[in-house]
Amino acid sequence: MSDSPATAVPSQAHAEAHNPALLHHFATEEQQRDSASLGMWIFLATEVMFFGGLFCAYLIYRGWYFGDFAAASSSINVRMGAINTAVLICSSLTVVLAIWAAQTSQRGLLLAMLALTMVFGCAFLGIKGIEYKDKFDEHHVPGASFSFHEEIPGHPGQYANPQHAQIFFALYFIMTGLHALHMIIGLGIFAWLLWMAWKSRFTPEYHTPLEIGGLYWHFVDIVWIYLFPLLYLIDRHR
Amino acid sequence: MATATVPPPAQPIERENYLNKHYGVGSWLLTTDHKRISLLYLMSITFFFFIGGFFALLIRLELLTPAGDLVQADTYNKLFTMHGMVMIFFFLIPSIPAVLGNFLVPMMIGAKDLAFPRINLLSWYLYIIGGILMLHCMLTGGVDTGWTFYTPFSTAFTNTKIVEAGLAIFITGFSSIVTGLNFVVTIHRMRAPGMTWSRLPLFIWAHYATSIIQILGTPVVAITIVLVAVERTLHLGIFDPKLGGDPLLFQHLFWFYSHPAVYIMILPSMGIVSEIIACFSRKRIFGYTFVAISSISIAVFGFLVWAHHMFVAGISVYAALMFSLLSYSVAVPSAVKVFNWTATLYKGSIRYDAPMLYAFGFLGLFTIGGLTGLFLACLGIDVHVTDTYFVVAHFHYIMVGGALMGYLGGMHFWWPKISGKLYPEGWARLAALIVFIGFNLTFFPQFILGYVGMPRRYYQYPPEFQVLNVLSTAGATVLGIGYLLPMVYFLWSMRYGKPAPDNPWNAAGLEWKTQSPPTTYNFEEEPVVTWEAYNYEELDAHPDEEAPSVG
Repeated sequence: MSDSPATAVPSQAHAEAHNPALLHHFATEEQQRDSASLGMWIFLATEVMFFGGLFCAYLIYRGWYFGDFAAASSSINVRMGAINTAVLICSSLTVVLAIWAAQTSQRGLLLAMLALTMVFGCAFLGIKGIEYKDKFDEHHVPGASFSFHEEIPGHPGQYANPQHAQIFFALYFIMTGLHALHMIIGLGIFAWLLWMAWKSRFTPEYHTPLEIGGLYWHFVDIVWIYLFPLLYLIDRHR
Repeated sequence: MATATVPPPAQPIERENYLNKHYGVGSWLLTTDHKRISLLYLMSITFFFFIGGFFALLIRLELLTPAGDLVQADTYNKLFTMHGMVMIFFFLIPSIPAVLGNFLVPMMIGAKDLAFPRINLLSWYLYIIGGILMLHCMLTGGVDTGWTFYTPFSTAFTNTKIVEAGLAIFITGFSSIVTGLNFVVTIHRMRAPGMTWSRLPLFIWAHYATSIIQILGTPVVAITIVLVAVERTLHLGIFDPKLGGDPLLFQHLFWFYSHPAVYIMILPSMGIVSEIIACFSRKRIFGYTFVAISSISIAVFGFLVWAHHMFVAGISVYAALMFSLLSYSVAVPSAVKVFNWTATLYKGSIRYDAPMLYAFGFLGLFTIGGLTGLFLACLGIDVHVTDTYFVVAHFHYIMVGGALMGYLGGMHFWWPKISGKLYPEGWARLAALIVFIGFNLTFFPQFILGYVGMPRRYYQYPPEFQVLNVLSTAGATVLGIGYLLPMVYFLWSMRYGKPAPDNPWNAAGLEWKTQSPPTTYNFEEEPVVTWEAYNYEELDAHPDEEAPSVG
C-alpha cells in the first residue's frame, strides 16, 4: 500500500484511474476484492475446524454423561444467554446496514451502524462477564475450588457426578471463552473499520474491508447461535 | 550456453533482480517479496533441520551398543521426542511449501506475488516465534512424551515442558495455515491470462492439495493442543480417564490432523517429482489429469484414515476394520502417480542430472515406503509390528526417502533460478548417490529389526540386534555427510558458481521464461499462456527458437 502512490504519480492518466487502495501485485480492483473475500472465507473454514474440535469433544461427553451435563447446564443463566443471543443477532443486522450504507454513500449511517455494532459487541461481553462472575461465586469454575452438588433434572435424589459436571464446565468456559476472544478481536477490527470510515475511505466501489470484517462478525455470531442451544438448552423443556 | 555466442548486451553488469535490488537487514526482515520470504524460510528450516539431525545423531549413537551407555533413559526419551517435534513441525511441514512453494507458486502461474504478501511475511514471523519458543523449551529441559503428546501421560504425569512445546507448535501451526490460505487464494485468483486449471503445472496441483490439508487439518490439532495445555495447567479431566475423560478422544483429535500432516509433507514432494521427471525425460507427463486429480484425492482420503494409528489403542473392531479398508484407498491415487511417472519415463530422452537422480531415488524409496504402509494398514500385520522399528522404518521411507529426496531434488532443479548460479553438477550427483546409499543403509535394517521384534523408543536392546543397529548407525553417518554436501556446495556456488542462464534445463514452466534470478515482480509484463503444461515435444521440435520473452 505504501509504495503504490509513488508508482502512480508519473503517469497522470494512470493516476486518475488508479485507486490508491489497489495493491501493486493485483491487476484489477475486482481481482483484489475477490482475493480478499475468498481469503476470508477460507479463514472461516479454518475457524470452523478450530471450533469443530471442541464441538466434537462436547457432543461426545454430552452423550456419555447426559444427566450430569443436564444438571450442569441447568445451573447456567438461560435468561442472560437468551438476551445475549438477541444482542448478537441485532449486531449482525447493524453490520449488514453498515455495508449497505457504504454502498449507498451514506457516511453518517455508516458511522452510526459501525458504532452501534461495537456497542452491541461490548454489551455481549458485559453480560458474559456477569455470567462468568456468577459461576465464579458458585464455585463452578473448574479447578481446585470446584464444587458441584445438584440433582440431575427429572431424577429426584440423584446427584450429578461432580467430575463429569466439571468436564461440562471446562468445555463451557473454553468454548465461550474462545468465542469471547473472537468477539474482542472483532471489536478491534470494527474499531479499525470505524476509523477508516471516519476518514471516508469507503466508497460504493471500494468497501472490501467492511465486507470481510462483516463476514468475520457474522461467523462469530453463528458460533454463538450453535453454542447457545448446546450449552444452555440441554434440558430446559421440562 | 547461449550467452557465449550472442553479442553481450551489457552482460558484465549484473541485471537488477530480487536479490540485488535492495541491500541491508531491513530490506530482508521487512520484505513482502515472496522470493525473499522463501529464502528467509530456507535459512530457518535448514537451521532446524540440523538441530533435528543432531538429535537423530545422538539417538543413533546411543543405539550403537545394546547397553544404555551414552545417555540415560530419560534423556533418550527427550532425544527422540525433540527429534520428532523439530523435524515434523519445524522442518518437514514448512520445507517444500514455505521454501519452494513460496518461491514458485506465483512464478509458475504468472503472478507478481502471492495474493497476501504481508500475511506471507507474517507466516514467517509466526514460524520464528514458534521456533524460538521451541529452542527455549529444548534448552531448558525439553519434552519426553514423544511428538504425539499422548494423554494422560502428557497432561497428568510427565513434568517436562509440555505447555511451552505445545505453544510453540500452536504458533507454528498458524504459520502453516496462513501459508496454505495464501496458496489457495493465489491459485484461484492470481493466474495469468490463459493459465487454465488444466494447464497448471502439477507442482501447483500438489500445493493446492497440500493447502487444503493445512487449512482444514491444522486448526484441529491447534485446539487439541489448547485442550492439553488447559487440562495440564488446571488439572481438568477432558482427556484423563481418572477424572472421567477419554484419552482415545485425544488420539482421535490428534491423528485427525497428524495423519493428513504426512500428506502435507509428501504431496509437495510429489509435485516436484512430476516437474523433474517431465523435464529430464523431455516428455509431457503421462496422464496429466490423473496425476492432478490424484493429488486432490490423496488430500481427501487422507482425512478418512486417521484411526489406523490407533488399532491397538482400544477402538472397536468394526471401526478398525473400516479404517483399515479406507487406509488401503490411499494407495490408489499414490499408485496412479507412481505408474504415471514410470510411464512418462517410457521412451523418454532421459538425462541423469542431479535433480533426476533424486527423483529416481524418490520413486524407489517412496514405493517401498508406500508398500510397507499397506502392510501396516492390514490389521493383522499392524497388531504384530505396532510400535516396532518396522513402523519407524516405514515412515522414514516416506518422510526422508520420499519428502526429503523430493525437497533436495527440487532445490537442485530450481537453484539456478533461485540464486542465479549453477551448482557443481559432479558434486551434486555424488551427493545424491551418497544420500541414497546412506538412507538405505540407515533405514532398511530397521525394517528387519522391527519385524523380528525390536520395539521403538527404547534406549537398550538385546545383543542379538546389534549388527543391524550398527549398520543403521553407520548409514546415518553416511546420510549426514550426504546432507552436508549440498549445503556446502550451494553456499560455494553463490560466490564462485557460474552464472546461470535463464533456462538451464530448457524446461517448460513459466518460471523459466523470466530471468535468473527473477526481478521483484517476476515478469517484465504479464505473461499470456497459450500452451499446455509440459509441452516438451513442442519445445524440442524447435530447439533454436529461444524461449520467447513472455507476453
